[in-house]
Amino acid sequence: MIFRLCAALAAYFAAALPAAAQGLDQAINQAFADYTGWYVSLIFAPIPGTNFSWIAMWLVVAALIFTFYFGFIQFKGFVHSIKLVKGDYSDPNDAGEVSHFQALATALSGTVGLGNIAGVAVAVGIGGPGATFWMVIAGLFGMATKFTECTLGVKYRNEYPDGTVSGGPMYYMVKGFAERGLKGGGIFAVLFCIFTILGALGGGNMFQANQAHAQLAGVIGDYPGWITGVFLAGITFAVIVGGLKSIARVTEKVVPFMGIFYVVVSLLILIMNYDMIGWAFGQIFVGAFTGLGVVGGFTGALIQGFRRAAFSNEAGIGSAAIAHSAVRTKEPVTEGYVALLEPFIDTVVICTMTALVIVISGVLNVDPETGLYIWNAEAGRISTEGEVVGVALTSAAYARALPWFPVLLAVAVVLFAFSTMISWSYYGLKAWTYLFGEGKAKETVFKVIFCVFIVIGAAANLGPVIDFSDAMLFSMAIVNIIALYLLMPIVKRELGSYVSRLKSGEIKKFN
Amino acid sequence: MSGKFVVGYDDSSPARRALDFALDKAARQGGSIVLAHVMEWSPYTFLTPEELEERHARRKQEIARAETAIMGPVKDKLAKVDVPVETIITYGHIAEKLCEIAKQTGATQMVIGRDGNSALVSRVFGSTAGTLVQIAPVPCTIVP
Repeated sequence: MIFRLCAALAAYFAAALPAAAQGLDQAINQAFADYTGWYVSLIFAPIPGTNFSWIAMWLVVAALIFTFYFGFIQFKGFVHSIKLVKGDYSDPNDAGEVSHFQALATALSGTVGLGNIAGVAVAVGIGGPGATFWMVIAGLFGMATKFTECTLGVKYRNEYPDGTVSGGPMYYMVKGFAERGLKGGGIFAVLFCIFTILGALGGGNMFQANQAHAQLAGVIGDYPGWITGVFLAGITFAVIVGGLKSIARVTEKVVPFMGIFYVVVSLLILIMNYDMIGWAFGQIFVGAFTGLGVVGGFTGALIQGFRRAAFSNEAGIGSAAIAHSAVRTKEPVTEGYVALLEPFIDTVVICTMTALVIVISGVLNVDPETGLYIWNAEAGRISTEGEVVGVALTSAAYARALPWFPVLLAVAVVLFAFSTMISWSYYGLKAWTYLFGEGKAKETVFKVIFCVFIVIGAAANLGPVIDFSDAMLFSMAIVNIIALYLLMPIVKRELGSYVSRLKSGEIKKFN
Repeated sequence: MSGKFVVGYDDSSPARRALDFALDKAARQGGSIVLAHVMEWSPYTFLTPEELEERHARRKQEIARAETAIMGPVKDKLAKVDVPVETIITYGHIAEKLCEIAKQTGATQMVIGRDGNSALVSRVFGSTAGTLVQIAPVPCTIVP
């Protein structure tokens, strides 16, 4: 039945899309540009006098504030976080419940993906190697933001009589605001949900489908995007509507290994070029403050680094708070501790690996006389081998050491994109049911819309639509971070109580 | 000497044989039995967001099912014998968890049945009996 439905859906799009795509693309582009252009410009507007978008600054400033407010929790609590993930503090009687490790792994598979592969290449391509330095700095501070949002996610989650759990920013906005005697929690929650739904359809869906197609087309040769779209939509449809959970389960199991494999291959390339590691770090540090010929110099590197880190680890967006809220723990702070590892793994480890390989591989063109990078003014970035950008640049860098890697990278990109789509379909659905109520019919409506958007995302080059959905993703961060500021005293209280009980020995290690 | 026997139980025929064996020994010694059903579970697996959400509810269902389908049928049988029996339903790595239970309950012996997989299957997938032989903290009897 499900397969027949999928086949029918695929056939419909196959027949309808190519012919209509051109005209439809333009119409949708125009409509979006006309009605939403002002909003996109507003979100990504630069701070006057700079070319640094205020929204990236919003995320970085928040990360700094949380870092100081919680006394550098990401450094002081790092070892404790690892102990929690290992299960040292897990009650053996809770065996069979969601463990800290599982919540972390699921949240990570939603964030590790194209940001780490394509995003880093964009940052290094425009900001030079120095962008890596600022990306790592932003990642390190972002850990405090994740700590704050995920602690609140667990503290204010809803537990239903049937044993299922729902959590996320919309719940801490309503319940947390009420607890502090603040008004407006309901409005915040509704706004957050609207942004989440639109962000899920865009950044969590169309962008993923679009980039997955780009990488596939790069390896196989050019072919119509709707084919990738229908393929991805069909599988996603089977999983989220048809309940073919085995596919999702397989992906969830394969994706972490893909991530590990990616890191191992990166390390392998670094070991093969061990004599250049010192030089590459030198480039990263020097570039961070001078730009090494990059237009914009120091600020160019800083802007790109900060931006990509924020785009990659989602700290402050609020999505992780939804994924982390199902863990079984009596102490919400423990999940905050665990969640702070997420930006570390995502940005500090994986993104840095990608950046190092790109720098060492020599795909960025250097002027042999000056030792500075050659700037391609027309494209607004560093000149690269074959003038490729994004995921193709990463692919080219890895291919220099391991010629077979692009094929594997294509598989990884598709899997990462798919797991990100599965995660975001869930985040979007949670927001949808929060607004419209639970119910099979209502949920199916959202799921079908989600699948249709996959096809649109892969088939068309809908710049304004994707810009709009990116803007929605960052709008989530506006509402969420305001809520975090208002609720951070609660997190501080929880943290204080937890740390003192940990010191007094009231909270015991089980293993 | 009276002893406490930990019996790994999953309502399979080897498990029933192991229980019969342990009941016989315990009755003769005036000992007692800890009947343990361990559901295979690792905290280090990967789950989808939906599975995370439903996990707590699923766990409740799984425990309820184990109580009725696994422990239920054997309870009538145990009511007829004059040996004190304690039942445990839990999650974890089966062999490791059984050893943990043995230590916690102060058991003197462990008894489990074996499914008689071929050497190849056991080599590839491992077997609970094989692992127990290596790690059991108390004497362990494997009932064929």
